[in-house]
Amino acid sequence: MNVVTFSGPPSSGKTAVILKTIAALQQRKLQVGVVKFDCLYTDDDELYQKAGVPVKKGLSGSLCPDHYFVSNIEEVVQWGKKQKLDLLITESAGLCNRCSPYIKDIKAICVIDNLSGINTPKKIGPMLKTADIVVITKGDIVSQAEREVFASRVSTVNPDALVMNVNGLTGQGAFEFSTLLYDKADNIETVTGKKLRFSMPSAMCSYCLGETQIGEEHQLGNVRKIELGDD
Amino acid sequence: MFNQTELKNKKISEIIAEYPYTENFFKEQKLVLNDQEKNLKEIFQNLSLEAREDVVFDLEQFTASLLSYIENMQEFLGETDSVVKTLSILAGKDKSGYPENYKQLNIKSGEIISIVGPTGSGKSRLLADIEWTAQGDTPTERKILINDQIPDKKWRFTGGKKLVAQLSQNMNFVMDLSVKEFLHLHAESRLVEQEDALVDRIFEEANQLAGEKFAAEAQITSLSGGQSRALMIADTAILSSSPIILIDEIENAGINREKALELLVGEEKIVLMATHDPVLALMGDKRIIINNGGIADIITTTAEEKKLRRELQILDKLLGDLREDLRYGKKLGQISQQLTAIKLIN
Ligand SMILES: Nc1nc2c(ncn2[C@@H]2O[C@H](COP(=O)(O)OP(=O)(O)OP(=O)(O)O)[C@@H](O)[C@H]2O)c(=O)[nH]1
Ligand SMILES: [Mg+2]
Ligand SMILES: [Zn+2]
Ligand SMILES: [Zn+2]
Repeated sequence: MNVVTFSGPPSSGKTAVILKTIAALQQRKLQVGVVKFDCLYTDDDELYQKAGVPVKKGLSGSLCPDHYFVSNIEEVVQWGKKQKLDLLITESAGLCNRCSPYIKDIKAICVIDNLSGINTPKKIGPMLKTADIVVITKGDIVSQAEREVFASRVSTVNPDALVMNVNGLTGQGAFEFSTLLYDKADNIETVTGKKLRFSMPSAMCSYCLGETQIGEEHQLGNVRKIELGDD
Repeated sequence: MFNQTELKNKKISEIIAEYPYTENFFKEQKLVLNDQEKNLKEIFQNLSLEAREDVVFDLEQFTASLLSYIENMQEFLGETDSVVKTLSILAGKDKSGYPENYKQLNIKSGEIISIVGPTGSGKSRLLADIEWTAQGDTPTERKILINDQIPDKKWRFTGGKKLVAQLSQNMNFVMDLSVKEFLHLHAESRLVEQEDALVDRIFEEANQLAGEKFAAEAQITSLSGGQSRALMIADTAILSSSPIILIDEIENAGINREKALELLVGEEKIVLMATHDPVLALMGDKRIIINNGGIADIITTTAEEKKLRRELQILDKLLGDLREDLRYGKKLGQISQQLTAIKLIN
């Protein structure tokens, strides 16, 4: 089975792109399943179900969804194998700009949209910087110039990535993108023993652990102070 | 060109002096450069844990990434091989699997080709085949040649340079910038020389195309539909890196469509235009008829049709003037006895 991880900011078009891509993969008679990782809520699983795609979801609750992802990915891979999938896709809500769920030797895709603003590529950190392929969506609503500027920013942040435009609504570009996703040679049995591409900051401060009192003496662990200057 | 080890040991100021655009790279990578006289090795040794997290990469990954960036940019700047003189489309098959009704269509730069066919007939697929420089590896099995050769794979994947630029009715500006700031931003991303002159020229051309003039200080999001379209077309003609432009209808309001097309082909672009408006469609040298996913026919615009276009232009102008009169509260009169003599069916 092949495994591909998708990540990207909320509402960037991950599900839309994955669904259009699966439609193209099914033409090649490939069995594709999806596991969606999110924080508190998602109804993506219903969308996949409607499209007849085997799907599971995992909600991380108060944890960073990417931390939750690593702790569960092996079980998810085994689920995919039991379903006899050719390709297992994981979709992660890119809610934590400090982390990314990408694993070495597992294809990593970042979905980002033209509407999110030209500083977004810089802001979202490891999720974009360490991806193999960057898919840019919503090109249908912005001007040609804005698309060009946006793509060039993406390439500056991640010069090694393949950058593609896919339209989540019309599916334009999805067939082409799908040709990059499955290769028999990339089959794996397990992800145990593999490594994350980017070590996840623990991001734990005393407030993560339940502290509610405000004040210097209550701030433990990973604490950063704002720089306000003297003026 | 510096290799990776050299990049680690050169001072930041030396790297920027050699490749000025790398300044932008450092900025986008969020590497804080307090002292440009240090080299990357020293900078990474002294990074705080937090700053390391911001940068994501370690020294090895960072310099590898920088090297890729420099390679991409050198290629982008030095490109001479990306001039597209001819685009050829080699026949594939339609949705039912029948071969398309032509062998090879060659389109030269400066040509306008119209694309007609019902919605869902395969116009988008044709465009996607061109954009992907298909090699029999798409559902239509078409092949695309550029300058009579199998195109370089770079057209498929680069963030910097795409084969096809697109203009369509539902595109808007979304950035909060003035016209001038916006054009400068685009020009900077293209690393063009003589940026100011170029920006001025685009601004002037756009104002020529627009029915109502606009100022360089106007916010792009506040432009009217016609003004936006005019600015997008002038900008795409002059500043887009893409040699092929796809236009999906140009509404006949607030913009001089003929001048717009002349501007595009004047810049040696190939223009593909999906339209159902005869005034526009007949501006094309040829028109491609699409049906059931395949190219059903390719029609060269005849002399008769060119004459018809003159007539249509007159009608177009008449209607346009009437709209204008209506808008400014004038009373409308009959155009001519001749026209009223034409019998309308129904
Ligand atoms: N116009 C346009 N809309 C798009 C495109 N791609 C996605 N959308 C729309 O954007 C919205 C969000 O898309 P989703 O696919 O749900 O985004 P997502 O990244 O999966 O969102 P989460 O999983 O909730 O983080 C939906 O309304 C889509 O229809 C596109 O290319 N163009
Ligand atoms: Mg989703
Ligand atoms: Zn996190
Ligand atoms: Zn915390």
